[in-house]
Amino acid sequence: MSAEGAHEGPALVLRNLRKLFGSVVATDDVDLEVPHGEFLTLLGPSGSGKTTTLRMIAGFTTPSGCTIEIDGSDMTRVPPHRRNVGMVFQNYALFPHMTASENIAFPLQMRGVSRGTIRKRLDEVLRLVKLEDFGNRYPRELSGGQQQRIALARAVVFRPCLLLMDEPLGALDRKLREALQLEIMRVGRDLGASILYVTHDQEEALLMSDRIAIFNKGRIEQLGSGEDLYDRPASLFVAEFIGESNIIRGRFERDGRAAGWVVGTPWRCQVGPDSVQRADLDGGAAAALVVRPHLIRILALTDDAPMHASVVDGTIDEVLYLGADRKYGLRLADGQHVTVREQRQGNERVWARGDAVRVTWAVDDGVLLADPAG
Amino acid sequence: MSDSWRQPRRILMAGLGLLTVLYLLAPTLVIVPMSFTESRILSFPPQGFSLEWYERIATDRQWSSAFVNSAQVAVLTTITSTVLGTLAALALARGRFPGKTAVNGLILAPLIVPIVIVGIGMFSLYVRWRIGGSLVGLVLAHTALAVPFVVVSVSASLRSMDRNLELAAANLGANPRQTFRRVTLPIILPGVIAGAIFAFITSWDEVVVAIFLTSARFRTLPVEMWEQVRQAVDPTVAAVATTLLVVTTVLLLILLVVRRPVAAR
Repeated sequence: MSAEGAHEGPALVLRNLRKLFGSVVATDDVDLEVPHGEFLTLLGPSGSGKTTTLRMIAGFTTPSGCTIEIDGSDMTRVPPHRRNVGMVFQNYALFPHMTASENIAFPLQMRGVSRGTIRKRLDEVLRLVKLEDFGNRYPRELSGGQQQRIALARAVVFRPCLLLMDEPLGALDRKLREALQLEIMRVGRDLGASILYVTHDQEEALLMSDRIAIFNKGRIEQLGSGEDLYDRPASLFVAEFIGESNIIRGRFERDGRAAGWVVGTPWRCQVGPDSVQRADLDGGAAAALVVRPHLIRILALTDDAPMHASVVDGTIDEVLYLGADRKYGLRLADGQHVTVREQRQGNERVWARGDAVRVTWAVDDGVLLADPAG
Repeated sequence: MSDSWRQPRRILMAGLGLLTVLYLLAPTLVIVPMSFTESRILSFPPQGFSLEWYERIATDRQWSSAFVNSAQVAVLTTITSTVLGTLAALALARGRFPGKTAVNGLILAPLIVPIVIVGIGMFSLYVRWRIGGSLVGLVLAHTALAVPFVVVSVSASLRSMDRNLELAAANLGANPRQTFRRVTLPIILPGVIAGAIFAFITSWDEVVVAIFLTSARFRTLPVEMWEQVRQAVDPTVAAVATTLLVVTTVLLLILLVVRRPVAAR
């Protein structure tokens, strides 16, 4: 089973997608290209425009200006029932008066597919979502996870080249969510369909996606692979949204041609040349240094700092035991907080509240960003 | 101490409740035994037991034609008002057009305007349109009275329906007409049936407008009863009343079943 009639170009192209509700801008300047077979996640806080974008692609909401191209044809003004795009809703939206099989057969009946073919496809797709024996149940007789799998089967049974998923796992508990994440990825791979997935759960996004688009206030803040976003956030918003991060604020100071420093009182951290080049800041500009908690190490004040490392002194403020990890909260001399996550190995030194320590990280692990709040 | 104080209080409350029920139901229920009397005049308490008066409904030309007229008017009213009311409710719930609030108010007006005024108004208009005293005229009049019940009932169903279901249908390839027939209608059907039953009952026992819009040649059952009671006090009236009562009660029981939420079934 694979997407039918797939043409060579991208499965979806959005250009300048814009939507106003009255004078409120829901999305603005959204440009996106989704190649065939890609799993792309729209990630952002609620109200950031990701669901509005999805609804415009499905045709439920008319954009205020833009073009939407699906599988090579302009769909901007085409009504939803002629777009041939699959969609899975957060609340499943299964028809309560039809059995699971009747729900799945619905899109095929609308397309005038013959009874025999419907039977065949129904069996195929029920096997795909592992619910062979549940076809005759009504949605209310199925659990939340089973309903979501039927909804998925219904959205892919007509082999659309693009599958839209609007927080499909939002209503399920954690364990079930994890199982279904893997299942959705498997189904997506088996069908070779492009998937556009909306979520506000960053772990889910990192796990499932080929690429992630971070939405903020109706715009795409950054688009890239999970690693790109995690290792090289382009803005403080992205740094704070994806994973845990320390944000150390100060002023930027140039040091020779390439390297630089972020300076506070009374500390200064070295910044690597790559990061300085990407950030492109003027000397004296308000700057923030982003460092992931698991990349920081704690040393005694008497220990020597390693080579090519940034070093800051502070006081242990908080010690949290998290099973596999231990998390330390530190306070710098100027009152800023730094979090350190240390994997427990059994023989490492354990610090206590009030200990004066030195934290250090490799210069290249710090990401320099402009600080709009400074 | 509180128990000994509570016990008589509970008996008092139960007694009051019983009296209220009696007060509400007695005038209706007293008719039922009176319809089985052997006596020639309408009286309470009834004497003996006889089905003579029920036989009269079937054999007497005036009564039986009134019965047929009533049934015809009620069935036709149910059909027209259910179709119109459902469409109106859909437009009010899903449509976007100016003056929606005003339209909603106008549709519901017959519930509020005194029925005598409606009757007089319709009488003067329908006579001019030459449909006074006819089946068509009464069906039109009753439809106007019944539509608000259908609109209220169907609107409630539409409000409780998940809009995503219609979006999902469209997404899966159903055009607006297919979406309505395959998804919306089956889901709001309990509301439509409830509205239809209300419409039937509205027409079935309507007497005020019917008095204005019927003639000696075309009478409905309630009008015939009203005429008969004024002339002679014949127990057939009680038999007819009991029949009306049974039909209405059965319909209301169906309504209770239809209205039960899906989850409880």
